Amino acid sequence: MRFTLNGKAANVAAHPMARLLDVLREECGLTGTKEGCGEGECGACTVLVDGEPVCACLVPFAQVADQRVVTIEGLGDGHPLQHHFLNEAGAQCGICTPGMIMVACTLPPNASLDEIRTALAGNLCRCTGYEAIYRAIAKAAEQGAARVAT
Amino acid sequence: MRTAISALELRQPSTLDEALRMMRDEKLVPLAGTTDVYVSVNFGTLTAQRFIDLWPLDPLREIAVRGSVLSIGALASYTTIIRSPDVNARLPMLIESARQIGGAQIQNRGTLGGNIANGSPAGDTLPVLAVAEAVLVLRTIDGERRVPFSQFYTGYRASVLRPDELIVAVEFGPLEGRQWFRKVGTRAAQAISKVVMAGVRGPLPRIALGSVAATVVRLPLTERALASGTAIDDAERVLQSEIKPLDDVRSTAEYRRRVAGNLLRRFWAESA
Amino acid sequence: MAAVGTSVERKDGLGKATGRALYADDVAFPGMLYGRTIRTTIPRGRIRSMRLDFDADGFTVVDYRDIPGKNIVALIEPDQPFLVEREVRHIAEPVLLLAHEDREKLLGANVVIEYDAEAPVLDPLVSTVTLKKVGIDKGDVDAALASADLVVDGTYRTGHQEHVYIEPNGVIAVPEQNGIAVHGSIQCPFYVVKAMRSLLGPDAFVRVVQTETGGGFGGKEEYPSMVSGHAALLALKSGRPVKIVYDRTEDMLATTKRHPSIVRHRTGVSRDGRIVAMDVEVVMDGGAYVTLSPVVLSRGCIHAAGPYKCANTRIRGRAMFTNTPPNGAFRGFGAPQTLFAVEAHIDRVAEAVGMDPVAFRELNALRPGDTTATGQTMMGDCSAVEVLREAVKRSDFARKRAEYAGTGRGIGLSLFYHGAGFTGSGEVRLSSKAKLELTPTGVRVLVSSTDIGQGTRTMHAQIVADSLGVPYEAVEVAQPDTALVPDSGPTVASRTCMVVGKILLQCAHEMREKMRGLTPAEYFAQHGPLSVTREHEPPTWIKWDDDTYSGDAYATFAWGCNVAEVEINRDTYEVRPTKLTAVLEIGKAIHPALARGQIEGGSAQGLGYALIEHVVMQDGAMVNASLTNYTIPTTLDTPEMDVAILENPYTDGPFGAKGLGELPIDGPAPAVVNAIRHLGIDVREIPATPELVMAACDSR
Repeated sequence: MRFTLNGKAANVAAHPMARLLDVLREECGLTGTKEGCGEGECGACTVLVDGEPVCACLVPFAQVADQRVVTIEGLGDGHPLQHHFLNEAGAQCGICTPGMIMVACTLPPNASLDEIRTALAGNLCRCTGYEAIYRAIAKAAEQGAARVAT
Repeated sequence: MRTAISALELRQPSTLDEALRMMRDEKLVPLAGTTDVYVSVNFGTLTAQRFIDLWPLDPLREIAVRGSVLSIGALASYTTIIRSPDVNARLPMLIESARQIGGAQIQNRGTLGGNIANGSPAGDTLPVLAVAEAVLVLRTIDGERRVPFSQFYTGYRASVLRPDELIVAVEFGPLEGRQWFRKVGTRAAQAISKVVMAGVRGPLPRIALGSVAATVVRLPLTERALASGTAIDDAERVLQSEIKPLDDVRSTAEYRRRVAGNLLRRFWAESA
Repeated sequence: MAAVGTSVERKDGLGKATGRALYADDVAFPGMLYGRTIRTTIPRGRIRSMRLDFDADGFTVVDYRDIPGKNIVALIEPDQPFLVEREVRHIAEPVLLLAHEDREKLLGANVVIEYDAEAPVLDPLVSTVTLKKVGIDKGDVDAALASADLVVDGTYRTGHQEHVYIEPNGVIAVPEQNGIAVHGSIQCPFYVVKAMRSLLGPDAFVRVVQTETGGGFGGKEEYPSMVSGHAALLALKSGRPVKIVYDRTEDMLATTKRHPSIVRHRTGVSRDGRIVAMDVEVVMDGGAYVTLSPVVLSRGCIHAAGPYKCANTRIRGRAMFTNTPPNGAFRGFGAPQTLFAVEAHIDRVAEAVGMDPVAFRELNALRPGDTTATGQTMMGDCSAVEVLREAVKRSDFARKRAEYAGTGRGIGLSLFYHGAGFTGSGEVRLSSKAKLELTPTGVRVLVSSTDIGQGTRTMHAQIVADSLGVPYEAVEVAQPDTALVPDSGPTVASRTCMVVGKILLQCAHEMREKMRGLTPAEYFAQHGPLSVTREHEPPTWIKWDDDTYSGDAYATFAWGCNVAEVEINRDTYEVRPTKLTAVLEIGKAIHPALARGQIEGGSAQGLGYALIEHVVMQDGAMVNASLTNYTIPTTLDTPEMDVAILENPYTDGPFGAKGLGELPIDGPAPAVVNAIRHLGIDVREIPATPELVMAACDSR
């Protein structure tokens, strides 16, 4: 089935009802998207489909036909959010970090703290209490972090 | 313990008519945003094996005003609804309920049609549809029919929807009066409701509750009591007679009764 | 520039933020099979029969008869089997192991087990089987209670708490060198080695490698031994690598949780507000096997009298058997339970003598020279009064306490402490080791301490850099692989910095002397490799008696004070935390951002423990075993946090550092309950769910 994966044309054979999460991790070999719950509660499996964050554990592969899918790998390693998540300690154990960053990279640079909280309400973190995540996002915004082109 | 994917089949129609033809010919479970169905897939509690994918059918996403009727396509996601100027203008209580469903990821995929078809007694949009006296537009390959929301459910997760029928849109006539919505969940976000209430303080009050019975319920006796000037204490007693909440893993019948009563008072006081 | 005390760049690299960091489920080996655990579905009884109701072609099937060594998960008591033989003691007890190449076939396999069920024991207060008893005595409690001006009585309860590390338990066992290597999400690699040697035989080759671990909080202290043993048995029988990764429901249902507790206080107090007697009874629900209950109970009891001076103290603790999945380590390890009880109780005692909660605490708080319940003398680094005063000041407690009355807002506080390292003689028995190895460009740290998010790699590198006198960038930290690193003891008990960091500091000093002013590169070029291994040297002044449970329980304590502000919704009885002030004295913040991260993260877990984390048990099983129904705090559930770190150095700690990891979770729950009390609502149990708060309001 054809779709766009991290900016490149992809053609991947998988069952249409397979979870997008499994297709990404297995057929595509991209293990950056994590499974934390399988019920759309933790957000660790967040990817962008046509620019919008969704839980990949709740998306049938067939539904991304001809869509643009972006995973954490699609950010490379140059996005300011990545650096700040580490150094502001927005990432402790890191398992929720890819999902957090995938949502954070869709935020407007002048998002208020309330808007950030609301945008991330679907991403659970057990390590940080979220405060350092807000600091990491604020630092990246200060640097004029570009929204991810999707 | 996940469902065996290889045993599942997915029909992928490219038009609504093709979808309806497929549904006439075979028993198929429709898939929209799959935010409920795929939880069952992940937990292995799904018995169905044949599905039909509605997701590419863009005409079902349309939100439009025709004359005095606001029509929301069954495939409109909560995010689409939240961003719609028409819905914001006419149904702020629907916006409020959509904002409190899950988090952003769920709102981007969950649909109004899905919330209705799933038929959970805790469905967050359902009390809104009940007090708005929405009309569901249902279609088969043979034609269309309109069913008032109040006549849609027949019991716990059961409805008049035929096996070959799809919800294509939800229609709302003009609504007079102050709209009110409250969801009481297990935490501040990403919560299943313990009690969910919608109210409209129009010429006659309308009140509906979720999570307190086998389906969403309007409260006709309570509405009549309030409309005829009954004191709020007595109206609350009437409300208690119209609901049948249960104990479950999330809450207790006693809590649900108390909170439903408190919300009634709050609605009445705030919408005066 | 010094690395210690600065928020230097993390040693983790960018992997966590690029998706390249490899957690257990991201790792695969050629020819790998998937493993699955078949578990009991009744809480008590015996297995009558078992039948494989599927085509076994391509399956590896393991039961207890396949165990070459002992069917015992080696920990404290030899009572817990890896696989049930006949007797069933709890729901979700492992019985049979299956492996197959095809995950669908694996998950589709049906095993039919028939039981002879018996009535389970589910109430720790009714249970007659004691897993462990602890007794602490000081002075004459009965006489002091009898002559006290006032005695205040109260019973307080805490429920289970589930860790919800976002990465579930998972390991891969790989046949290697006629033995086994286990790669996985593991806090204590050498615990797994010990358990595997018991399972496979003392001469078995066993190697354990920690993969990047997505959270632990104690939940991966002992349980990985069980998962690793299972994966190893399947790997040995099939001759192929086997991966076992739990899904969320299995993880919540079957693995350890925080011990529930019932704590009764009787406190004698003089009319002028001095505590003269404390009589405390602690009951913990240990579940169906001993596992770590003795140590959880021990730590809980040692902290049970709170950070207060009292000449007459009696603490009696017992951990009881129930037919539920065994409870285990969870950040705080008994102290959150007993500190909740004492701090909720102290507010009531203060009220009873007409004193405000700050003044009462300040009067009775431990100061240098005072002794604890076990008779340990507080030294100069005792900071109870300092953290109390700072928290009260920066939270504007007094003004808000008056202003909030009757407005639906409440403010409450808690004073707490946490002893770091293993209790008493524990650290001696561990004889932890650390190793430093010179490389051509710098130095490498070799310890079995794991980084599970708290920043071990970074913090150890900082200590070594400054102690050795090399740039922080020149220090690398080896991945914990038991074939390569010495046993530094487990990554628990807030000891990774204070104890293991200290050993590394001593290694570094010894190495520095040997290097005589040369840089690592120079030394390596001129003399070749150099390595230093040292063992922990516990302070010689520590005197602890295991029989009388008296003396110096811990090398030192860290101190904390929380102020919680809450708001109640009168329609729904929901209590929402609106602000948390956390003032913690930790000796030295080696990495300020990571230290702050421990405080904020532990505080959020404490708030969840207080209000919304409810394990619902029915007939011995957790019935809300999913993230939909067991709710941890989201961004919208956590309040603004004001964190202040005070430093009152511990002389034997590396750069003065004390233990930090667990302290933050000890305080929020009682602070919240005391804020609810300020609202006029008497709650003595957590989680203080809206249903519970409603009942408390009704009984006013």
